Amino acid sequence: MKTVNRLQKKKQDPGPSRRTVRGVRDVGRLWAGGNAQVKDLLCSIGFLGPSVTGVALFFIAPFLVVVYYSVIRSPLNPEFVGLDNFIAVLKNSSFQTAAKNTAMFSVIAVPLAVVLSLALALLLECRIPCKSLFRTFFLSPMMVPVASVVLIWQVVFHYRGTLNVTLAHFGVDPVDWLNSPYCLLVIVALFLWKNLGYNMILFMAALNNIPKELLEVADVEGASAAHKFFNIKLRYLSPTVLFVAILSIINSFKVFREIFLLTGNYPYTGLYMMQHFMNNVFEQPDYQKMASAAVLLAAVMVALIALLFKAEDIFGKDVEG
Amino acid sequence: MVKNRYLARTILTIIAACFALAFLMPTALTITNSFMTQSEISANYGQVFKNASGSEGKTYIAETVNLKFIPDKVTFSQYITTLIKSPDYLLKFWNSVILVAPIVLLQLAVASLTAYGFTRWRGKVRSFLFFFYVILMLMPYQVTLVPNYLVSDWLGLLDTRWAIIFPGMFAPFSVFLLTKSMRRIPSSLIEAAKLDGSSEWQVFTDICLPQCRSALYSVAILVFIDYWNMVEQPIILLKDAAQQPLSVYLSTINANEVGLAFAIATIYMVPCLLLFLHGEDYLVEGIAHQGSVKG
Repeated sequence: MKTVNRLQKKKQDPGPSRRTVRGVRDVGRLWAGGNAQVKDLLCSIGFLGPSVTGVALFFIAPFLVVVYYSVIRSPLNPEFVGLDNFIAVLKNSSFQTAAKNTAMFSVIAVPLAVVLSLALALLLECRIPCKSLFRTFFLSPMMVPVASVVLIWQVVFHYRGTLNVTLAHFGVDPVDWLNSPYCLLVIVALFLWKNLGYNMILFMAALNNIPKELLEVADVEGASAAHKFFNIKLRYLSPTVLFVAILSIINSFKVFREIFLLTGNYPYTGLYMMQHFMNNVFEQPDYQKMASAAVLLAAVMVALIALLFKAEDIFGKDVEG
Repeated sequence: MVKNRYLARTILTIIAACFALAFLMPTALTITNSFMTQSEISANYGQVFKNASGSEGKTYIAETVNLKFIPDKVTFSQYITTLIKSPDYLLKFWNSVILVAPIVLLQLAVASLTAYGFTRWRGKVRSFLFFFYVILMLMPYQVTLVPNYLVSDWLGLLDTRWAIIFPGMFAPFSVFLLTKSMRRIPSSLIEAAKLDGSSEWQVFTDICLPQCRSALYSVAILVFIDYWNMVEQPIILLKDAAQQPLSVYLSTINANEVGLAFAIATIYMVPCLLLFLHGEDYLVEGIAHQGSVKG
């Protein structure tokens, strides 16, 4: 397509772009005249326009204002204060708790999500019966609204709940799961329950795309299963590992849903997440805090994503596509 | 050797079955428990949901919780109450529907146009723009809700549905997915149509959209489930309790209506499960086509 465009570009006279401003009739004439370059530009603007306008209006423009808010004293007193707001937010103890918990959660949940979903995908590659049925079962939690199963989670993880009753049979003392240091693990379990299926599908697709000849050659040469996995499969899977990791990071910010529906707005300290902090700031509403927290988070996310992209570049560079 | 292989297969199948059980149980339990009577719910789960005693005074509450799969007595009374006697719940359900339906439809409409734009024309500016969409897609709500809040505030949309619908309409997620699948359409197909004199709009509606039918369906399912589930946006942008969707309302449900809560929870997941059962293969295909974030 590109080469076609370029050929057409050479044939045209460079003049007509001025005419586009002259009104609808001229645009129409231009269109009919078949000036491919301008026509292409107009077409692409036509197709991309609605979305770009919307994104600019609802995300970009206000985000620039957010950045502006983060460096002034207050909307009524727009005095430049440099990094003061950021420092204030960083020193805020609620923000620290929220950041620590959210980071802790991601550090535990994301690697588990990657490893376990890959394990499930490999499991479904093995020769076991009813594969498609298992796939359906593994995938089903992603389609169940969190709000619907929260009742069951409450029953399971309550102090007198099912989990403690079961553990009591083995002589384990009861734990108030959602109000104990273990609370984060409970949420990790819920997170995995919901997200493993989706990630598994991504891995299954990637496993399917590994060239079969390569694995056959490895078989002929007597490579062990472990060798095949680490030296061939994992290499080809690396873009997917990256993708699943990024998806899981994004989703790990969404566990607020589970926590909010399980424990409300004021959970045990160990479950105080970034979104709880933001909710409280919105409640006040303190524009400076809100803006600097959002800018900080955005910066951290961009840095994280850049890091993961870089890691994938290094790790997967021998493999095309 | 052969024996070993059988043993391995059996063990793997058992592992898979255990996982399947763990994945299915919560959903299945919610559904079966919605057919229990209020007194049975109170007896079993009274410890968890305090003051869960029924309206008829004292009820028996077991010392420990008793998670039961099959109800002692199957009853539809909870459904009759939610569906007929107290229209409150249906109203919340309807709130969810009129929030989510416009978002899904509008987001798909905007995103398919955009995806076509990104597929047909690739320049420096446009590939930068696409990269920017990817970054925006990866931003968590904690970041994007702040700009959304400010705009809604300026436009006076706070506490109206539009505060959620507008940002939802332009969310970049489906742009990303649809662009990925439109780029898989062989370009010869499009060029042939162009040579036959089709306009861009005709190429878009007659070739690209039909070719991406399964992708459109799977994106629709994914967007639907994401917004059907939403909690973050309504508690910040739509504080008016009367307009909040069922996802938020379910958490505030009164303790002595736990029996009803199970019925409502089940009703709430029915659209999702139906969509899933109907569109699973498209969904799997759609997810699989995501590939990687780059390119």
